[in-house]
Amino acid sequence: MIAYLIRRILYAVPILIGVNLLTFALFFVVNTPDDMARMQLGIKRVTPEAIEKWKQQRGYDKPLFVNSAAGGTDQLTDTIFWQKSASMFVFDFGYSDDGRSIGREIAKRMGPSLAIALPTFLIGLVVYVSFALLMTLFRATALDMAGVALCVLLMSVSGLFYIIGGQFVVSKLWHLVPISGYAGGADSFKFVVLPILIGVAGGIGSSSRWYRTIFLEEIGKDYVRTARAKGLSELRVLFTHVLKNAMIPILTGVVVVIPLLFMGSLLTESFFGIPGLGSYTIDAINAQDFSVVRAMVFLGSVLYIVGLILTDISYTAVDPRVRLQ
Amino acid sequence: MSFQLVFLWSDKLIFLLLAVAVATAIYVRRHEHLLLPWKRVAKNGVAMVSLLVLSLFLLVGLLDTLHFRSALPQTGGGEKVYSPEVLSVFDTLVGPLRTHTEKTYSEPFALTLYAKESMTDAHGNILRDYPRLQYGGAHLADVSQRTADVAKRALIGGGLGLLVGLLSFYLTHRTVRCTSGCDLAVSIATLLLTTFIGAVVSLATVYHVLGTDKVGQDVLYLSLKSIRTGLIIGTVTTLVTLPLALFLGVAAGYFRGWVDDLIQYLYTVLSSIPSVLLIAAAVLMMQVTLDTHPDWFDTAAARADMRLVALCLILGLTSWTGLCRLLRGETLKLREMEYIQAAQAFGVSSLRILTRHIMPNVMHIILIALVMDFSALVLAEAVLSYVGVGVDPSMISFGTMINAARLEMGREPMVWWALAAAFGFMLVLVLAANLFADAVRDAFDPRLNRTETAT
Repeated sequence: MIAYLIRRILYAVPILIGVNLLTFALFFVVNTPDDMARMQLGIKRVTPEAIEKWKQQRGYDKPLFVNSAAGGTDQLTDTIFWQKSASMFVFDFGYSDDGRSIGREIAKRMGPSLAIALPTFLIGLVVYVSFALLMTLFRATALDMAGVALCVLLMSVSGLFYIIGGQFVVSKLWHLVPISGYAGGADSFKFVVLPILIGVAGGIGSSSRWYRTIFLEEIGKDYVRTARAKGLSELRVLFTHVLKNAMIPILTGVVVVIPLLFMGSLLTESFFGIPGLGSYTIDAINAQDFSVVRAMVFLGSVLYIVGLILTDISYTAVDPRVRLQ
Repeated sequence: MSFQLVFLWSDKLIFLLLAVAVATAIYVRRHEHLLLPWKRVAKNGVAMVSLLVLSLFLLVGLLDTLHFRSALPQTGGGEKVYSPEVLSVFDTLVGPLRTHTEKTYSEPFALTLYAKESMTDAHGNILRDYPRLQYGGAHLADVSQRTADVAKRALIGGGLGLLVGLLSFYLTHRTVRCTSGCDLAVSIATLLLTTFIGAVVSLATVYHVLGTDKVGQDVLYLSLKSIRTGLIIGTVTTLVTLPLALFLGVAAGYFRGWVDDLIQYLYTVLSSIPSVLLIAAAVLMMQVTLDTHPDWFDTAAARADMRLVALCLILGLTSWTGLCRLLRGETLKLREMEYIQAAQAFGVSSLRILTRHIMPNVMHIILIALVMDFSALVLAEAVLSYVGVGVDPSMISFGTMINAARLEMGREPMVWWALAAAFGFMLVLVLAANLFADAVRDAFDPRLNRTETAT
């Protein structure tokens, strides 16, 4: 197990290097720092001095890969690639355009992001699986058909509609919770309850339909027929046999997103004014703060790879046949 | 009036796609075994109704793709000068919808503006009231006549539409022999649609059926224009996704070894970056490139269009990994089949095995993936435009409509019509696409058929 984990982590390193090189190419080679400076300072009437100053403030005035002016190891370390890109491997994200440490900002904003994302994920999972089980229980009846039709309808609605509609009805018409904002501690409940509900509602269509397909596939298998032949009730078959065996395909899709919950949701957070990582990213995109976007891309991939490893481990928990070696 | 045809980049790509689609359709028609699953789709009433709706959207989108610049009135004997404004055939067809702009917001079917203004009446007194619209319901004396007029026009238009529907139905029934079971559903849907369209057309000539937006543009016009943007995002993206996923996926599965390792590495790297972030980063960079080279484009439309094409390119480059993985898996399975091994034993070249034996057998996966992706892409456009990494803000799209309307949520009374129109149109388009995609999947996926008969 430990050996397997070490191998998986070692295997993740080249992928992260790939991600790192890709983002570096995207942010510094596709457009030179000069282009970016010109863009941010305004296209016309920009002096070379202003561009130099902009680059110097951000540390972009160095060569990309090899600094031939410096000596020794500085040849490699005193470059944009080393200081801006390679440094992310030790989670040194540098500073955003407004001069704050990105690393500290990320640590501060993870809390609010999790306060929304984690309950949404957990409640969502329970709701989707129960709904899918219900449809499976009533499969091939009018109820099942209505359920599937509802799912298709719900998944055809834009995610933005759930948020805007939810805010309008619950906050503006009924005045139940504030439209947006956030507070720490016990006060946070009234701010997070609506985003969580909307997040759960937004996923019902596609997720429940997906789980229903998985359950239906399981229910056609031989062991289910055997269980029925033993005289087990349909409910028992569903909950103790089908649900357990369907865990593997469900886990494949579910566990991988758990670490990504830290990143929060871009849309929900920006609509509800939650000071989490999602709104941080949106603000950075709108302000064209490239260093923050770069940091978030890297962080996202790290979390995704952690999710993949967790998925493998979770298989051993639900399927005794799986041995990690 | 003379004009100059304009082919924007997205137009060319759309025509290319159309040509490919027509060629494929002709090819499929000639081969019975390829036609079979489509016949299954044709028997599905829901699918055919969805297809009908989709083709209506497609028609609007295609009409909106034929662009031209009309000549400006000439002064003196100089060279012909063309207007910098790029119009489409659709724009000229709906003429009044485009040109009848009011001052600012007005409700659907309204006779007056949304906000009060100071006016001077006949006696020179200044009073504050809702001013009448310049075009919307201008033929009516006052509001009390509106209900009767709307009902009258809707009835006349609907009646005419119904008539056209019946007529076309009669004509097609005499020429096309439709023997499938879908007849009733499709014919009812056709008649309902033509009636509905007739009523809307007759009303839209004198009213703003869906109201007007902040600068007084008709919301119905904006919604119809948005269709093209949505269709382009949903279809042109596949031009990038498809070749990449097909060649890399099949090559990885067939050759294995270092080719497989390399391709797997490539798509693991790409898919490990959360897609919204990757798209955002790429679009930000694309924006910088476009903004620092303003000299590349002669009209604003060309610039906005290039941004749309680039967005499709980026969406394609970031979304081929899923399909590639599927194709790799399928090819791994296929290459162990006896008929492939027989071909190898006969000394058939790898290229020929790939094109002749493997690709035709993964086509159903590609088709299913493409129709399933379409609706997701249409929805993604709105979200990306909201995040600020979508289409050009000057381009009419569902995303920009929602974005503009969202800012007016706080107003009292609420400006709801632009939001409702954008969401409504999007829902119809995506729902039709989803239902059609389901039918295609059911007809083409052999695995699914088996499980459905088993239960």
